[in-house]
Amino acid sequence: MKRILSFVLLLAVLSALTLPMASCSGANTIVVCNWGEYMSTGADCDYDVIREFEKATGIKVKYVTTESNETLYSQMKSGAGKYDVIFPSDYMAERMISEGMLSELNYENIPNYANIMKEFKGLDYDPEEKYTVPYFWGTVGIVYNEKKLTEEDRRLAEEGKDWSLLWSKNYPDQIMMFDNPRDAFGIALKQLGYSQNTTDEAQLREAAALLGQQKFYYAMDQFFEMVPSGDLVVAAYYAGDCMSVMEENPDLKFFVPECGTNIFNDAMCIPATSKKQALAEQFINFMLTREAGKANTEYVYYSTPNSEVYGALDEELQQSEIAYPTRKENWEAFRNLPTATNDLMRELWNTVKTNNK
Amino acid sequence: MKKIVSNLYLALIFLFLYAPIAVMIVLSFNDTTTSISNWQGFTLRHYLTLFENDALVEALVNSLVIAVLSALGASLLGTLGALGLNNVKKARGLLMNLSNLPIINPEIVTGVSLMLIFIGIFSMELGFFTVLLSHIVFNTPYVILNVMPRLHRMDRNLYEAAMDLGCHPAKAFFKVVIPEIFPGIFAGFLISLTYSFDDFIISYFTGGNFQTLSVFINNSLKKGIKPWMASMTGVIFVAVLVILIVMNFHDAKAEAATKRKNKLA
Amino acid sequence: MKSKKPLIPYLVWMAAFVVIPMVMVVYYAFTDSSGAFTWQNFKYIGINRQVYIDSFQVAFVSTAICLLLAYPLALMMSRMSPRAQRMMNILIMLPMWMNFILRICALEVILRPSGVLNQLLSLLGLGGNTIYRTHTAVIIGIVYNYLPFMVLPIYTVMTKISKSVIEAGQDLGCNGWRLLQKVIFPLSVPGVISGITMVFVPAASSFVISARLGGFNLIGDTIEAYYKGEIDMHAGGMLSFVLMVVIVISIAVMNHFDKDDDIVLV
Repeated sequence: MKRILSFVLLLAVLSALTLPMASCSGANTIVVCNWGEYMSTGADCDYDVIREFEKATGIKVKYVTTESNETLYSQMKSGAGKYDVIFPSDYMAERMISEGMLSELNYENIPNYANIMKEFKGLDYDPEEKYTVPYFWGTVGIVYNEKKLTEEDRRLAEEGKDWSLLWSKNYPDQIMMFDNPRDAFGIALKQLGYSQNTTDEAQLREAAALLGQQKFYYAMDQFFEMVPSGDLVVAAYYAGDCMSVMEENPDLKFFVPECGTNIFNDAMCIPATSKKQALAEQFINFMLTREAGKANTEYVYYSTPNSEVYGALDEELQQSEIAYPTRKENWEAFRNLPTATNDLMRELWNTVKTNNK
Repeated sequence: MKKIVSNLYLALIFLFLYAPIAVMIVLSFNDTTTSISNWQGFTLRHYLTLFENDALVEALVNSLVIAVLSALGASLLGTLGALGLNNVKKARGLLMNLSNLPIINPEIVTGVSLMLIFIGIFSMELGFFTVLLSHIVFNTPYVILNVMPRLHRMDRNLYEAAMDLGCHPAKAFFKVVIPEIFPGIFAGFLISLTYSFDDFIISYFTGGNFQTLSVFINNSLKKGIKPWMASMTGVIFVAVLVILIVMNFHDAKAEAATKRKNKLA
Repeated sequence: MKSKKPLIPYLVWMAAFVVIPMVMVVYYAFTDSSGAFTWQNFKYIGINRQVYIDSFQVAFVSTAICLLLAYPLALMMSRMSPRAQRMMNILIMLPMWMNFILRICALEVILRPSGVLNQLLSLLGLGGNTIYRTHTAVIIGIVYNYLPFMVLPIYTVMTKISKSVIEAGQDLGCNGWRLLQKVIFPLSVPGVISGITMVFVPAASSFVISARLGGFNLIGDTIEAYYKGEIDMHAGGMLSFVLMVVIVISIAVMNHFDKDDDIVLV
């Protein structure tokens, strides 16, 4: 018994010793909260942006991850998560701004903000350029396995007029749709010719009915396995991710329907609760450097709004119509929706998902 | 015949239990950065880069620290609880049921409700301490359940005899009662350690910025199942296997020693 | 030794971290956003009726399969030499140390259409499995995760059945089946009941397993969704409350069959 006891006590002492390391949050530490795998850090990257930042500035970073915009929001709202730098998408940043959850940035501390291309500044979610710094952007499109399409569907894909390939009846259970209400409704609304930011109940119900007409394979990250493997034939997903799977399987082709799509912007922001704004601004500034931006872009595959970083990319990538397409009028960014619309969408979404049999 | 059937049965059960782990370990040597189930050749890279991943290492350390400390906390609290409950006559049934509540309660309810009180009532910042407290909450009942039967079986007269022989109550307690119930406490400790390390749901709701291994892996699934998740499986498997083998060896030695003693006596 | 003093810190602890949290859940279940009492939240049960049905169905089937698999295993284990018993214990506990999320990922890698199982099947010239993203996949996931929770309590109880009882049974002419039926099974009921509890509860409220392996939501996923984004604590509270009540009732009913009041867990 004594032996066991001493062993257990040893374990406890060891744990207690590692404690400072585990919960370090000294004055010189900032908490950075990003989506998992959305930054060049961790395994399989040559340039770890966090380590390089720590080396360059002496500021310590506590890096944590979150699952989705909605989780991030509820963590901040409930006080569960206290962060210094966050990466919300456009509509969530807009909502956080409107609810006073973000700090106004001191752009003097972020000189590299000058690297951001003009067309990404002052967008609808932050029209006065007060709270956000663009991180990545991209579009949503359709990736399809050319060899597995029927003649007729291939023509449909090559014409690329609208999203109707997703409603093809030729590939039961092999057509993937976003497993989140905002993106899925966005596509259905575009297909119907409505705005993705509609608050009209009838239009939303119509979109839900349209989603209900197909038995979709609702998924998110399974995309990365099941599209290149050929298990899924057609999928709607983010352009950057489509590019990454196309490298694995040459049969995959991509298009953005002419009838319009979603263009998303993810931004870097500082929550109003942060007490280390200056340090956080230093981090944001570092993320805008040529090296860090390039490493992130090569790791994540999404499109950079940073002209410095863009200049450093391979010519092939610069010319890519998928990563850097010419913007169209009918591309819409998500806006923050009123609560009633969010509630309705969630309710309709529940029904769509339950009836997807 | 019977022997063959039962051996076959055992083999099938263990195939079921171990095939997924084996598959992950094999795939951890797959030389790929993308699809992990598509064999591309052999590499050790995913093991070499594993500990370069600072956030992952931190999450692993967090999980281990929480497991050890919460198991200790639960052992202490559970032992106290069991000693107290053992002396209660009137409301015993009610108290026992109450104490089992964290086991009977769905984990998701426990996690959510703890999150609500930490934020709403105690206005604590979610983090290391809230995760630790939560793990102690769901581990304590297992300690109680393991200690109670030992207390039942214990001969009360032993304790009184010790006191009659002039032992101070505290000394009698530590010399007589504790050794008697220690195996129960230790079993509870081990179970707590296991459950705490394995927990996802409760840490997910009560962790805030403090991420355990499960939470970190869950959040990293955004781009699919990555090769480092396979090599992580390999590392945990080998570590646990070594610990269990050492423990088993130790147990076997202890057992042999008691046998010898009994023979001599 | 007779003192009730050690109970005090424990009771304080229980009140703070077990009772108050439960009260909070119930409070949210029966209030609206202004804090006033309401029955309105019951509507969420109607909205999520199908999810509840699916959850309890999946949990019931998984628990039954666990029991069927675990009972013979526990019986065999209890008759092995002490050394072998220890080894078996280790082998059963070990997978529980692999991280929960990693275990689910492993099953996903095996079961998905171009996954490991189908690669092997096609090597053997057999057709592929289509289990992935069905209820079956979720049931496999739950059984895989919680089987040890069924084996260990049953095994523990069986090791406590004294040899003399079994011998007495044999002397009275009970053998094989009859021995199992008349002697061993009745004595192992407490273990079976704890096993069922330990599997059914997490199975009914599981989350992540269903979303990843099944592509559909069970009640755990739905509750999680309500605490995310809009943070609807009232809907989430009501769903949690009902889940809790159903589980407590099922366990109470089950314990009714058990005369012994000592619950055996692991």
